[in-house]
Amino acid sequence: MERLIRKYEDKLVAHGLCDPGAPLIGSRDEAVLWNRDDALVPAMEEVFAGLNIASLLFARPAEPFFSIMERVAHSPEARAGCIRPQDSETRTFLHDIPVLDAFVPRDIIATLKRRKCVVVRSHGIVTYGTVSPEQAFVFFSSVCFSIYVKFFADYRDAVRAGTADAADRAVVERALASYESFVARIPESPRLMRGPFTEPDDCLAAIVEAGRMTVECRMVDSFFGNISYRLGDTVYISQTGSSLDELGGMIDPCPMDNSSCAAITASSELSAHRGIYRDPGVAAILHGHPKFAVIASLDCDDDACAHRGRCHVECARERFVGDVPIVPGEVGTGPHGLCNTLPPAMRGRRGAIVFGHGLFTTGAADFTDAFASLVSVERMCLEEYRQTITG
Amino acid sequence: MHGWTGTIVRIDLTEKTFSVEHPSSDIYERFIGGRGMAGHYLMRDGTRAWDDPAMPLLLFTGPLVDTPTPTSGRMCVMSRSPLTGAICDTSVGGRLGTQLKRAGFDGVVIAGKSDAPCGIEIRDGAITFTDAAHLRGKTVSETRAAIGDAGSCAVIGSAAENGVLYASIMVDGHFCSGRGGLGLVMASKNLKYLAVSGTGKTPVADRDEIAAAREEINRLAAASPILLGELGIAHYGTGALYDLMDSRRMMPTDNFRATHFAAAASMNAHAYKTRYATKRTGCTGCAILCKKIGANKEIIPEFETMSHFSALIGNVDPDAVIEANRVCNEAGMDTITAAVTIACHLEITGRSLSPDALIELLNDIAHARGDGAALAMGSHRYAAAQGRPEVSISVKKMELPAYDPRGAYGMALAYAVSTRGACHLRAYPISHELLRKPVATDRFSWSGKARIIKIAEDANATIDSLTACKFLFFAASLEEYARAYCGATGARATAQDLLAAGERIYYTERIMNAANGFSADDDDLPPRFFAEPGTGGGGIAIAPLGRGEFLAARARYYRIRGLDGRGMPTEEKCRELGIEWNG
Ligand code: SF4
Ligand SMILES: [Zn+2]
Repeated sequence: MERLIRKYEDKLVAHGLCDPGAPLIGSRDEAVLWNRDDALVPAMEEVFAGLNIASLLFARPAEPFFSIMERVAHSPEARAGCIRPQDSETRTFLHDIPVLDAFVPRDIIATLKRRKCVVVRSHGIVTYGTVSPEQAFVFFSSVCFSIYVKFFADYRDAVRAGTADAADRAVVERALASYESFVARIPESPRLMRGPFTEPDDCLAAIVEAGRMTVECRMVDSFFGNISYRLGDTVYISQTGSSLDELGGMIDPCPMDNSSCAAITASSELSAHRGIYRDPGVAAILHGHPKFAVIASLDCDDDACAHRGRCHVECARERFVGDVPIVPGEVGTGPHGLCNTLPPAMRGRRGAIVFGHGLFTTGAADFTDAFASLVSVERMCLEEYRQTITG
Repeated sequence: MHGWTGTIVRIDLTEKTFSVEHPSSDIYERFIGGRGMAGHYLMRDGTRAWDDPAMPLLLFTGPLVDTPTPTSGRMCVMSRSPLTGAICDTSVGGRLGTQLKRAGFDGVVIAGKSDAPCGIEIRDGAITFTDAAHLRGKTVSETRAAIGDAGSCAVIGSAAENGVLYASIMVDGHFCSGRGGLGLVMASKNLKYLAVSGTGKTPVADRDEIAAAREEINRLAAASPILLGELGIAHYGTGALYDLMDSRRMMPTDNFRATHFAAAASMNAHAYKTRYATKRTGCTGCAILCKKIGANKEIIPEFETMSHFSALIGNVDPDAVIEANRVCNEAGMDTITAAVTIACHLEITGRSLSPDALIELLNDIAHARGDGAALAMGSHRYAAAQGRPEVSISVKKMELPAYDPRGAYGMALAYAVSTRGACHLRAYPISHELLRKPVATDRFSWSGKARIIKIAEDANATIDSLTACKFLFFAASLEEYARAYCGATGARATAQDLLAAGERIYYTERIMNAANGFSADDDDLPPRFFAEPGTGGGGIAIAPLGRGEFLAARARYYRIRGLDGRGMPTEEKCRELGIEWNG
């Protein structure tokens, strides 16, 4: 347990979500174990005692997330109790993000009784797990992602409407500048293993390497995303809920004929990947959640559209960022699943964005092109965003 | 009332009378429905012998049944188990819960004993008793045909009539109230069947809230590879787990002497799907439809049955698995206990079984004749009578399902402490130990598992009370179901409020078991798992469980659950949970 607490503390810092020393993580089997001492421990123990849970996390997010959280948490919507970002992580897993005024254990308990996370204005984010501190880490990371996307998308709308707020502008400028310089430093063509791969071991190694690179370059919030390679009649794909930076031993081989269900633990996007592999020119698929690709996907000025509010499943318009299409579709299968919308949109293109969700890219022999496309599409979306807000 | 009908019916089979009562809203809120309400009503009579006419057989639905909430068409059947002596509840699918609710009842409490075989027919508010003497000895499908197709029915077969300790109750032909011998309790009352049909509607407090919850739940189900994924249970049935268990080296083989089955690839769900051209079917109100039926109406067995009627007993003929399952269903007999008892018999006698001999033996068990007579008592009694008690792979005299505990330590603890005996569904740790939901845990570690098992037991007690299907919780959580619950009932309850009710429900079961003499000695696993390794391979080693680590985890579990060092309930915890303390 101690190992897990340490691991997720380190990950929060490594992914830029928290400053070193910021996360306070407790986990309990019989007694609660904390990663460190803190004046908040007694209050956190009170929260623990009020909930039937196994792990609890509180942290002040690192910049720019903290400033963004503050801006979002002071919006009228947040003042009314909660915010509802439009990205797919919120919609699918969080539903909404409650916001509290102060760090009061009783109120935190009351909120966490019904939701997985809570933003405490001017303090930070509290999340929990019933199984492992990993859940608390995942929800923390999801909240950061969701409020980031919401903030930038809302700001863009406000600029267009001429109602942008100066305090928001200051935060946008700082965050944007820092992200622009980060993205500029990502190597154009990273040194990844070159394919085509003919041996399973090589293709597994290539997947592990590309997954790690995707996380290191912040093209996905670690826990989500997926990646696969087709070798003959088998698709090698990352497991559901696996971290792309820790894929060793977490890749399922799926025979095309489904002659074994051992890969029942494969990514929820297995069907979409298989659909994309119907194009014989594709050998590798990479799926991340680069932030500005997601923000771009939410950008639609058709206020009169009958599908407003249901864009993630019903959008019928052909939308693009540059050469990259944006399609509706929910995670996984089902009538609204992105497994139906994504593969046809990807045909003959380097990638496609799923509304409010993320970006899928492909490679013909290995992950070099897929990764390069992931980064270049994100750069394109970032530039477009910059242009939009500067007019 | 919304969500609930507000009415339960007590039936006295001795007098052939019935009376209705209206539980207080407090009872509904504290025990929810299904397993919780059934347990509450069992409490008073929980120490009676299973065949005491006054021992009730309880059938309860939940507040979500007959509402648009996904997978809520299930119900709970409960009594004291003839096999284990512990409390026994089963969550059963089909249409029974929905029909009962439409007939105007949340639950039926059946007590007394008819002087001759009889049936009970509930048609809306009208309840009649029928003569069922002519149905004695009839199979489940013959009985069903005789009582007609209207509504839903719960039926016993010859296994119950012949005293098999693990006789089941069959709902709508192939949904089993399977484990623990509740069919025998029904037989002891001379009750051959219960037929229910209703035309009412269940009023709900807020349709929009239920619709919103439904959308959230369906979205999560669609995002779940285990449920609706290409290799998930919607397409392959629970048999989808077959390959996974074998590849993780935890498929019980040769009576748990090995954990890898050489013939697995030809006996997996894909093999059944192609061989029988299966189609999807399932419980009322479910979009997953995990039950599979062949082109010629063959019932494709659940994973447990597929696994135990192949790997556990060395059978490599899929037709024999289908036939074994059919024989058990027609006779009304738990497949898990039947298979483990046969495996125990094979180990003790050193014999092996041809497919024909397997079917013959199952028929003999159902009729308690020949070798079958001793096996009808389950593996514990059989092995003890043979002087080889250690060969019975059971907990609290209930046989283990098809997940070897040496391959998943949370499962090991869950089997041991479960209130109904070796049961994979009490805490369902394969969710995180194998299926990576909600996140993956290290299956070869005890760390944190005591707390995880306790929380999951509470959650599943809630789910069985709502009454929803546990499979959905590979994807959704009580957060979404609390929304549906509030929409259905108008109550204001959070996920954690429901979980608190689950804790109360679970503790009530521990209290009843303690009153029947159960203690830490019974919260244990067969010695084999601490002494012998499983079959390693593919980079996986399956070591024997560490006895000391197991006992330490169990001790932590007791403290977390609020039990004393012997696993007994405490006055303090009763007070905290608002349960009456009877010392
Ligand atoms: S998933 Fe299967 S068991 Fe559960 S409700 Fe649906 S059909 Fe019934
Ligand atoms: Zn994604």
